[in-house]
Amino acid sequence: MTKLRKFNYLFVSMALVCFLFFTGNVLAADNDIVVKGSTTVLPISQACAEVFMDQNMDINISVQGGGSGVGISSIIDGTCDIGNASRPIKEKELDTAKEKGVTPIGNVVARDAIAVVVNPANSVNELTLKQIKAIYTGEFSNWSQVGGSDQEIVIISRDSASGTFEAFNELALDKEKVRPDALLQASNAAVATSVANTPGAIGYVGLGYVTSKTKAIEVNNVMPSKETVNSDTYPLARPLFMYTDGEPTGAVKEFIDFVMSEEGQKLVEENGYISVQ
Amino acid sequence: MYKKKEKIIRWVFTVLAFSSLLFLVGIMVTLFASGLPAFQEVGLFEFILGKEWYPTYDPPDFGILPLILASFLVTIGAVLVCVPLGVGSALFVNELASYKQKAILKPIIEILAGVPSIVYGFFGMVIVAPYLQRILNIPIGQTAFTGSLMLGIMATPTVCSISEDALSFVPNSFREASLALGGNRWQTLTKVIIPAAGSGISTGIILGMSRAVGETMTVLMVTGGAAIIPTSFFKPVRPMTSTIAAEMGETVVGSTHYHSLFAIGLILFLITLLFNIIAEIISRRYRLKLGLGR
Repeated sequence: MTKLRKFNYLFVSMALVCFLFFTGNVLAADNDIVVKGSTTVLPISQACAEVFMDQNMDINISVQGGGSGVGISSIIDGTCDIGNASRPIKEKELDTAKEKGVTPIGNVVARDAIAVVVNPANSVNELTLKQIKAIYTGEFSNWSQVGGSDQEIVIISRDSASGTFEAFNELALDKEKVRPDALLQASNAAVATSVANTPGAIGYVGLGYVTSKTKAIEVNNVMPSKETVNSDTYPLARPLFMYTDGEPTGAVKEFIDFVMSEEGQKLVEENGYISVQ
Repeated sequence: MYKKKEKIIRWVFTVLAFSSLLFLVGIMVTLFASGLPAFQEVGLFEFILGKEWYPTYDPPDFGILPLILASFLVTIGAVLVCVPLGVGSALFVNELASYKQKAILKPIIEILAGVPSIVYGFFGMVIVAPYLQRILNIPIGQTAFTGSLMLGIMATPTVCSISEDALSFVPNSFREASLALGGNRWQTLTKVIIPAAGSGISTGIILGMSRAVGETMTVLMVTGGAAIIPTSFFKPVRPMTSTIAAEMGETVVGSTHYHSLFAIGLILFLITLLFNIIAEIISRRYRLKLGLGR
């Protein structure tokens, strides 16, 4: 009898835990903005959502990653309210959207620029995109091949799952593989530290992470800066989008307006991106 | 009344004790459920013996041989560091140190065990790696060697405190008998005490290894992270743990990449489980040998 009762207690308490767990998920569905997509835009959405929710207690925003593809396809399928993407929508995706009666509209909320950095002791001040690609894919391995001193190039890259890597791989490497013995660092800050400590190193970081301990170099004769990025002359930059179905309305419009506001754009810069103002 | 209270307390503690079992089962179920699909999608042999790790390219490569070898290399290096340090300091603390020295050394070694791994990682990345780069004249300081050094220092307290326990379990009669037979201190130490505590010391070493192989933050920060089959101690490598830590946050849930990371975790889990089983077998044998029961 007592044994049975013990078991019952256990069973009831477990059932209760499960019940709370599931209802928690269901209840969250009301009055909600769902933001999905690119991991590059994720920090912006997250930072803005936090502040926005503090100011608007009645609106709940859930931010999820997944990648640009997921963001755009979720907008087309109607499973999210805002689809983040670090690239413009593709023809094929637009066709699918039309078939389903969805008009995706891209709102450029920020720009992402990648600075190529070397150690300050390095005499090289500029590289072309072609040279950068040759270095990262393993064709060049010595600085003397690109006009520097006779020193081995230490290649520092980001983890292949990161948004910065994704952008660099697309913009600079045409999606070719980085040589396997490149160092992979887990964050922008780690790349900057390694480049600062290693005389022969080359790395790439978000523009916000360039400090006096590393030297940003010209790419195709253009120095990365807020101006060259916003005028589209710097080659390693791209716009970041928040896609909506049609012009944003209601709470979604309020949120996007907040991201575009001075306060939102300040958060954009704090997260290492370029503001669009 | 008293009896009822006792019953409740007994019940509470039973639940608490069994909850760790619940967690273990939960973790194992998750690991297997999320990890096994990787073997199916990639193929067991291509996964474990594949030489290229390019998880996000098209087409992707999911070969974890470089990661497994890197983990082993760094662990072996860590053992080479932590065994002399840990066993040596255990011998000193237990056999040679004066009461005062012991009172200072023991807490210090215990504090070493309490330093968070991120602090070791930061120290290794900012100070040790650039230093090694300079004195060894290598192109980059973040290497398997740097990782081994940091992990070795981290595992030292584990090895030391377990070895010290083992040494203190050696009955004093052993020492007295050896000295009475005319053995000097060195002979007593090497011929009597170390062999008597040998399996306990081995247990400590294996648990230290198990700590080193599972350590994540430090290796992520100091080993460089190049996914190549290691050819030298002085080149960057990418152990299994740092791969999971670096990539899990940015992978698509449910993708092959995601499952692969769980599969790596599964393999790590099996490796540390094996280490712990070996340690348990050895320590049991040692307790029996000294007549201390189980």
